[in-house]
Amino acid sequence: MILLLQYTLTFSSVLILVALGGCFAEHSGVINLGLEGIMIMGALGGALTMRHMPDGSPAIAMILAVLVVSALVGVVYSMLLAVACINFKADQTIVGTALNMLGVAAATVIVKAINTAANPDDVSSVIQYAGPKQAFLVNIGGFEFSWFMVVTLVALIFAYVTLYKTRFGLRMMACGEHPQAADSVGINVYKMRWAGVMISGALGGLGGIVFITAGVSEWRFEYGVAGFGFLSLAVMIFGQWKPIRIALAALLFGLFRALSNVYMGLDFMAALNIPSQVYNMMPYIISLIVLAFTSKKSRAPKAEGIPYDKGQR
Amino acid sequence: MKKKNPLKSSGVQTLLASLLCVLLGLLLGYIVLLFINPAGAGQAIVAVVKNFLNYSKASMQMKYLGNTLVKTAPLLMCSLSILFAYKVGLFNIGVAGQYCAGIGVGLYAALAWNMPWWVCMLLAMAAGALLGAISGVLKSYCNVNEVISGIMLNWITLYLVNMLLTQVKEETSPYTYLLTSKNPGALLPSLGLGKLFNNNQYVGLAIPLSIVCAVLVWVVLEKTRFGYELKATGNNKNAAKYCGMAEKRNIILTLAIGGALAGMGAAMLYLTGYEQWQCSTSSVPPMGFNGIAAAFLGGLHPVGAILSSFFIQHITVGGAYVDKTMYCAQISDLISAIIIYLCGFVLFMKYAINASIAKREEKAALGEQASQADAPEEKGGDQ
Repeated sequence: MILLLQYTLTFSSVLILVALGGCFAEHSGVINLGLEGIMIMGALGGALTMRHMPDGSPAIAMILAVLVVSALVGVVYSMLLAVACINFKADQTIVGTALNMLGVAAATVIVKAINTAANPDDVSSVIQYAGPKQAFLVNIGGFEFSWFMVVTLVALIFAYVTLYKTRFGLRMMACGEHPQAADSVGINVYKMRWAGVMISGALGGLGGIVFITAGVSEWRFEYGVAGFGFLSLAVMIFGQWKPIRIALAALLFGLFRALSNVYMGLDFMAALNIPSQVYNMMPYIISLIVLAFTSKKSRAPKAEGIPYDKGQR
Repeated sequence: MKKKNPLKSSGVQTLLASLLCVLLGLLLGYIVLLFINPAGAGQAIVAVVKNFLNYSKASMQMKYLGNTLVKTAPLLMCSLSILFAYKVGLFNIGVAGQYCAGIGVGLYAALAWNMPWWVCMLLAMAAGALLGAISGVLKSYCNVNEVISGIMLNWITLYLVNMLLTQVKEETSPYTYLLTSKNPGALLPSLGLGKLFNNNQYVGLAIPLSIVCAVLVWVVLEKTRFGYELKATGNNKNAAKYCGMAEKRNIILTLAIGGALAGMGAAMLYLTGYEQWQCSTSSVPPMGFNGIAAAFLGGLHPVGAILSSFFIQHITVGGAYVDKTMYCAQISDLISAIIIYLCGFVLFMKYAINASIAKREEKAALGEQASQADAPEEKGGDQ
């Protein structure tokens, strides 16, 4: 049972971080379908940092370095989306999809190049980080507490305060609702959208590193992140683009995802004898059903997905 | 009469833009290779572009050209599926799952029920169409973004197909039974085409059939009332509804047809026996996603899709020929991904070209008007 709680919190952390990322981008008016790719790149940055930090480095240095690098890589990668969708008015769906494919391909090529350079016989796309990962974990009576959970909580508070209590956040949301009106009172819509996308890049990158350290200590980058970027978008829609609701929605989805990891350990579930593939499907099925019921009265930012053109009314 | 500016034709613009995307994609791929290891980068990019021409004997070249074509057929079907839906304003990213469903049902019908090939193919199409229709219903009645529902269905389908095909897999390996030994009746007829490609037994009906489908898609979109309605729905859903078009039905039908095309593509590859399904597959086959690249690179035109599908498949297979001690085959996936990213800029390029032409013409027209102010009957040009 403790294990179930632990996995639920871990996977919820991923979903909260990435969904908040999507939330920032959409409130500024850009649909970020490239979150999946951003997660992979952030994860890659974090994993490489873990592997290349010197062995005896203190836990706090390790944690900070990994967090900063993951977020930074996410930001840099998200700029590809920003420049295409904001300045060049490209189709946000195509560019997002391209970023997802590019993320997997680039991460695979980079990791394989590193592995092959180190050892010509090693053509795998795996990075191992069993040792460094321990820096993030604190064992409290069988419950593996992870510092990532704190990071998630901080991100959640940050998102809530930024969006609702600061001038910046309210202005950004105005750009997602009615950019022309925002522009007319002197807000630079392009800048605000850039800010939204870059924040989403940072949060997506963090989500990526949390995801690949959840319960495993190596990652095969060919696999990408198994649709978690899109699951997060579903969480975001279910949470109606509001941080607190997103967190609650993420807990629900995280629970279903955690079940596929731990159902063998729960007697009553193991007794049901349901094939593991069914548990793997669960989060996706639930999200489809939930979306079917919640999308109708959607509170999506009104101008999301529409490139802003100064000359247009 | 004024001469018409060739740059004004949308076809020419698309062709130029696509060629530019390809060149830039290859250039960026080359730069990545340079970063990894400058020693063999030139050789590697040439190997990717040459693909089957890496073989020196003509007979081997034909054989491997055949293999590339075998995999081009399903890719073309996937890209047709995407461009068809895109004309209606839908981004059918669920094509990967629809393709996967086609594999599952097609192979199951062939291996468990011993059906002939055409029944298997029809069932595969039906499976793809069903998935597409689910996305369509969710989109039109529940307002669920088709991209998100598509991705969710992709993963659900993957696990379902793994479960289904586990029942027809070899006992000692994760692969499904060989079609050639279990049920040769389910193999697509070769039509004697294999002989042209140095007796490549995989080459057959699929290749001409996929081209026929491309032409059919073009006819439906450009020459029928249904196609016109679809495009109208894509341009402005509300206007289409106002004109009495059944926009909900059209959305569902479009995605179902897209799904059927993808399912058919799956049958085209897996019913040749070229590949077996691995029942522990952990991600959706990349064919559907490459179809996105092919569709946009082909300028969202069925004929363009034939060429771009061949090109994308050509470099994807070509990736296998890079020097494995330095690089990996995924370099071609990277190049395709870069190409799609660049395709995002195509609309902007076209817009920029058109805007500059329009500006120039406006200037010219103004000049003309000024000089011919006393001859008002003259018509201003061919626009």
